[in-house]
Amino acid sequence: MKILVTVKQVPDTSGKVAVNPDGTLDRASMQTIINPDDLNAVEAALKLKDELGCKVVAFTMGPPPAEGMLRELMAMGVDEGVLITAREFGGSDTYATSQIIAAGIDTYGIDDDDIILAGRQAIDGDTAQVGPQIAEKLHLPQVAYAGEITKNGNELTVKRILEDGYMTIKVKTPCMITCIKELNEPRYLSVGGAFEAYSKPLVTMTYETLKDHPLIDKSTIGLAGSPTNILTSFTPPQKGAGMMLEGAGKETTDKLAGILAAKHII
Amino acid sequence: MAFNSADTAAFKNVWVFCEQRQGVMMPTTFELISEGRKLANELGVELCGILLGDNVDGIAAELGQYGADKVYVYNSPLLKDYTTDGYTKVIVDAVEDIKPEILLFGASNIGRDLAPRCAARLHTGLCADCTHLDIDMPNYKGFLREASTLPEERIEKLGTVMINREPHSVERDLKMTRPAFGGHLMASIICPRFRPAMATVRPGVMKKRECPKNVEILHPAFELNASDIKTEVTETVKAAKKLVDLIGADFIVSVGRGISKDVEKGIALAEELAEVLGGVVGSSRACVDAGWITADHQVGQTGKTVHPKVYVALGISGAIQHKAGMQESECIIAVNKNETAPIFEVADYGIVGDLFKVVPELIESIKAAKAAK
Repeated sequence: MKILVTVKQVPDTSGKVAVNPDGTLDRASMQTIINPDDLNAVEAALKLKDELGCKVVAFTMGPPPAEGMLRELMAMGVDEGVLITAREFGGSDTYATSQIIAAGIDTYGIDDDDIILAGRQAIDGDTAQVGPQIAEKLHLPQVAYAGEITKNGNELTVKRILEDGYMTIKVKTPCMITCIKELNEPRYLSVGGAFEAYSKPLVTMTYETLKDHPLIDKSTIGLAGSPTNILTSFTPPQKGAGMMLEGAGKETTDKLAGILAAKHII
Repeated sequence: MAFNSADTAAFKNVWVFCEQRQGVMMPTTFELISEGRKLANELGVELCGILLGDNVDGIAAELGQYGADKVYVYNSPLLKDYTTDGYTKVIVDAVEDIKPEILLFGASNIGRDLAPRCAARLHTGLCADCTHLDIDMPNYKGFLREASTLPEERIEKLGTVMINREPHSVERDLKMTRPAFGGHLMASIICPRFRPAMATVRPGVMKKRECPKNVEILHPAFELNASDIKTEVTETVKAAKKLVDLIGADFIVSVGRGISKDVEKGIALAEELAEVLGGVVGSSRACVDAGWITADHQVGQTGKTVHPKVYVALGISGAIQHKAGMQESECIIAVNKNETAPIFEVADYGIVGDLFKVVPELIESIKAAKAAK
């Protein structure tokens, strides 16, 4: 039994975000981080490892520097990393990305008692699409928005969070579960772990590695294989600044209430 | 003949996935039907709902009130509870058979589980969490003039794009606009080479509009067996507590990190102000992450998008992710100690001051103003 976790290195959109004059993101000036929801997926995997002693393998697709993220995850306790990287894979939308990652996972090998975990969504695109689409390409059942996972033999019981409550779902391995931040509190990397991280195995899969896989075809990967295209991207205008009221006392609040009443807002 | 999503000319009509839970239509379905009506009119085609459930004919007719021409209803005990496998199979089979050119889903936890799975099986494009949809180019350009900082000459030139080195006219493509990078950027996405063009649409953004039609309810034959469904739903639980209806509220009083000095009192003040206004309490992500308030109160990119008549931001600095969820409010009032807080950039009325002092006075002032009417 092993657990495969998909992870992504993303620009930190919660910090200072720089936008180029042409409306694209100035990635060079931004910090990269491990996508937050993916850390919950990694933590869920490591918890199962603590309990069952199974192997945890992290998969990522991205440019070569993403190796640094895989080493960080190894320092947290991940046993092995797989970096899927190739120029041919660049520009992929969610459809093409899931196709490539599914091919990578399939090439690595999935056993009947394996579990695949993913973060709910990445903070750069916020799509939440890649997890379910990998599951579809691998013909595996999925449960998205997991807020609790318990394992009993080859059956998982997952609390799937909805806006107005939750569902309890039973699913057999192998399967895909997408994780939300309510699932757990990700652990920190340990000093001993950081020391060991560089001796753990890291596999690189390139276009050459995957090109004969049935899911990989020039017409279904990369920019040319992506069903969606960006027509235009832009920054929204700042709304004109409103009226700053002077003072902060009763006179000021009376004035505000007066304006709201006069405009029939209240 | 095998289904081919690249044979774009074979696809016609706009479809909306009509999400129901426990036999009750989700409110966002009506928003999508209204939006779908607009798109269908621009294309000169029919608007159809696709409704899955167990004995759900009774809730199909109301879709006609908002502009549906037809509703395809699929009833089965196997469709009573939502399952990814069961719903994906029925929808994909229906799409392959009837071939709609557009398929919309609400971006709910169910829509965002179901739509990617369907798109991957159909081999077509899907755009997540859209906040604006267009077909008509003049309307789309008008939207860009209002909602973007793009220069006029770039907006004017839009119309043809190069797709794999071939020019392609986007005239009849669905232009799907959505925030990216936490709301720092907006992007308009197209799905030029495949059909249906699919989108999940953020709940609360599109407006529900009445547009009565004589809706036709259809029951196409379909196949679904228990063995098609690989998961088992053992229970469905509705939250015991009534969730806050942020999306439907006319008045929202939201709290941010500024209440940290006395969280309990800060929330109590917000509740009192909300009550005087006849509204509800919202919050920034910071308060939810800190555990001060539950996630159903959260406004913003990862929370809810709201456009009330009045949005009062108390001690909220105004991170772009928060602004993305509230800047379309009709009137924004901000109270913050820090005069350089970005929230003042979108506020109609700003007061620089301590919310613990300002809010009690504001409550008195509003009570007096209301009493004087």
